[in-house]
Amino acid sequence: MIAFFIKRLAQAVVVMFVISIISFSIQDNLGDPLQEMVGQSVSEAERQQLRDELGLNDPFFVQYGRFVKNALQGDLGTSYFFKEPALDVILGKLTATLELVFGASLIIVFLSVPLGVYSAINPQSWFSKAVMGFSIIGISVPVFLTAIGLIYFFSIELGWMPSFGRGETREMFWGWESGFFTWDGLAHLVLPCISLASIMLPLFIRLIRAEMMEVLQSEYVKFAWAKGLNPRRIYFLHALKNTMLPVITVGGVQIGTMVAYTILTETVFQWPGMGFMFLEAINRVDTPLIVAYLIVVGAIFVITNTIVDLIYGLVNPTVNLAGKK
Amino acid sequence: MTTQNQTPASKMPAAEKAPSAWQRFKDTHVWHSFIKDRVAQISLTIFIGYVIMALFAPAIAPFDPYDPTQIDIMNSELPPSWDEEMGDEQFWLGTDAQGRDLWSTILYGTRISLTIGICAVLLQATIGIIIGLIAGYRGGRVDSILMRFADVQLSFSTMMVAIVVLAIFQASFGTELYQDLAMVMLILVIGIAEWPQYARTIRASVLAEKKKEYVDAARVMGLGQIRIMFRHILPNTLSPILVISTVQVANAIISEASLSFLGLGMPVSQPSLGSLISSGFEYIFSGAWWITVIPGIVLVVLVLVMNLLGDWLRDVLNPKLYKG
Repeated sequence: MIAFFIKRLAQAVVVMFVISIISFSIQDNLGDPLQEMVGQSVSEAERQQLRDELGLNDPFFVQYGRFVKNALQGDLGTSYFFKEPALDVILGKLTATLELVFGASLIIVFLSVPLGVYSAINPQSWFSKAVMGFSIIGISVPVFLTAIGLIYFFSIELGWMPSFGRGETREMFWGWESGFFTWDGLAHLVLPCISLASIMLPLFIRLIRAEMMEVLQSEYVKFAWAKGLNPRRIYFLHALKNTMLPVITVGGVQIGTMVAYTILTETVFQWPGMGFMFLEAINRVDTPLIVAYLIVVGAIFVITNTIVDLIYGLVNPTVNLAGKK
Repeated sequence: MTTQNQTPASKMPAAEKAPSAWQRFKDTHVWHSFIKDRVAQISLTIFIGYVIMALFAPAIAPFDPYDPTQIDIMNSELPPSWDEEMGDEQFWLGTDAQGRDLWSTILYGTRISLTIGICAVLLQATIGIIIGLIAGYRGGRVDSILMRFADVQLSFSTMMVAIVVLAIFQASFGTELYQDLAMVMLILVIGIAEWPQYARTIRASVLAEKKKEYVDAARVMGLGQIRIMFRHILPNTLSPILVISTVQVANAIISEASLSFLGLGMPVSQPSLGSLISSGFEYIFSGAWWITVIPGIVLVVLVLVMNLLGDWLRDVLNPKLYKG
C-alpha cells in the first residue's frame, strides 16, 4: 500500500516538474520582460546591464532554479495588466470557476445515477430509450452550442434568465465571493451550469448504464436473486456499489476535463472566471498570468488524478497496488 | 470477425468460381445487420451526403466565399429566402455579417471541418497504432513506460492541451501568421493530443492476439518483429480501430469547432463550421439567428450521424475496447 502511495506521488511530482519546465520555457521565450519595464529611450548598454542585474543572461537552469524557488514560495510573477501578483489574480478567479464546476457536478450526480440505473434495469422501456436517444444527441452537441441555445431561448426569447456575468455575489471568508447565497447569483449560475453539465451528463448516463448492465449479469447478483432478496436491495445495495467503482475513476478525470470546458462556457456567458481570464491574458500577451494559469491548472489536474487513484486503491480491494502485472 | 467473414467462402465447392468481394461482403454479419437497422442506413446516407457536399463544394456552391469580388457588404445579414419581407431569392439560407452567401460558406465550412477531422484522426491513428503495437508486442519496460506516458497525457483533457498549445502559438506567432497556419496547427494539435485512445485499444488487442498460434508460427518461421506486428497482428485488430475511428472523427470535429469558436482555430476569412457559428454569435442578440443556428444544425447533424454509426459498428463488431 505504502509503495503504491509513494509511486503515485512520485509520478505526480515528475508531472509537475515537466509542467513547470514547459511553463518556464514559455515565460522565457514569450515576450521580453525588459520591453515591459523600460521605454524606447534606454540605450543598448544600459539594457545589457539591466539584463545582467535581473539575471536574464544566466544559464537556463540557473534561471529555472530561481523560478521554482519563487514558485514554491507562491510568487509566480506580477501580471502586466492587473499589476498584481499573478497567483492572487488567479486564485481570485478560481472560486468563480470552481462554483461553476461544482454546480455542474451536482446536476450530473443527481441526474446521471438515477437515469443510468433506471435504464439499466428497464432497458426496453420507452423512457430508457428516450434517455439513451437524448444522451447520444447530447454527446453530439458541442458545449458552446448548448450554451448559445440556452441563452437564445431562456434569455432572449423568454427573458427568464440573465445571459451573462455572475450577478450579485456575497463576500465570504478568505476573500471568497460566492454566488451561491444570493438569488441573483443563483439565477446567473443556472444556465452556465446546465451547459457545462451537458457535455458530461450523457457520458455518465451511458457509462453507469453499461457498467450496471454488466454487473447485473454477474454471478453474485444472480445468486442474490436466487436467495430471494428484495429487488430494491439487490439493485441499490449489491449492484450499485460495484457499478460506482469505474464511475469514480472516470469521474475524477472528468473533473479536470470540466475545468477545460469552463473556458468555453465562461467565454459564452462572459463569466469572470479563470478560463475567460486566460483567453484575455493570451490576447494581451500577459506572460506571468499565462504561466501562473498553466501551473495552477496543471496542479488541479495532477492533484485530482492522484487523489482519484489513491481513493480507487483504497476502495477497490482487487486493485493491484504494487503495480505488478 | 475474420472467421465470420470467411465461413461462407470456405463452404463454397472448390470447383465453383471464387465469389467476388461484393458477394462475400453481402454474406457478412455486418451487411445483414445493416439491412435490418434503419438508423444505420439513414445515418450512412446522410454521412455520404455530407462527404459529397464536402468533395464537390466548389461545384455545388453558387458563390465562392473566398473570392472578395463576389461579396457585397450591402448584402450582409440578409435572412433566409423564406423570410418574405427581407429574404432574397439569390441567397436561400441568407447571408452572414460580411455579405457572404451562407449556403456556399456552409459548404466550404463543412469541407474544412471534415478535412481537419479526418486528417487529425489519421495522425492519431498512425501514432497510436505504432505505439500500441510496440507496447503490446514488446511488453516489459517499454510497455510500462509508454503506457504511463499515455496515462499522463490522457489525464490532461485534449481540450485543455489544445487550447493551451494553440493559444501560446497564437501569442508567440502573432495573429496574422497564425491564421495562415491554422489548419495545419489544428490537425497537429488534435492529432497528437488523442493518440493514447488508439494506443491503449490497440495494445489491449495486441496482448490478446500475441498469445495466438499464428503469431508463434510466424515467429518460428523467422519473420522479423516489424513484419509480424504490421502484417500479421495489425490486420486482426482492425475492428476496434474502425469503431474508435468513427467516434474519434466526430470528436475531432467537435474539438475543431470549439477551438474555432474560441478564436483559436480557422480564421473568419476561411471559416469552418465552428468559426462561422462564432462569428454569428455576435449578431444573435440583434436577431440574426440564422448565421448561428443553420451552421449549428449542420454541425450537430454531422457529429450525430457519425456517433450513431460508431454506436452501430460497436454493437455489430463488438470489439474488446479498452475500458475505463
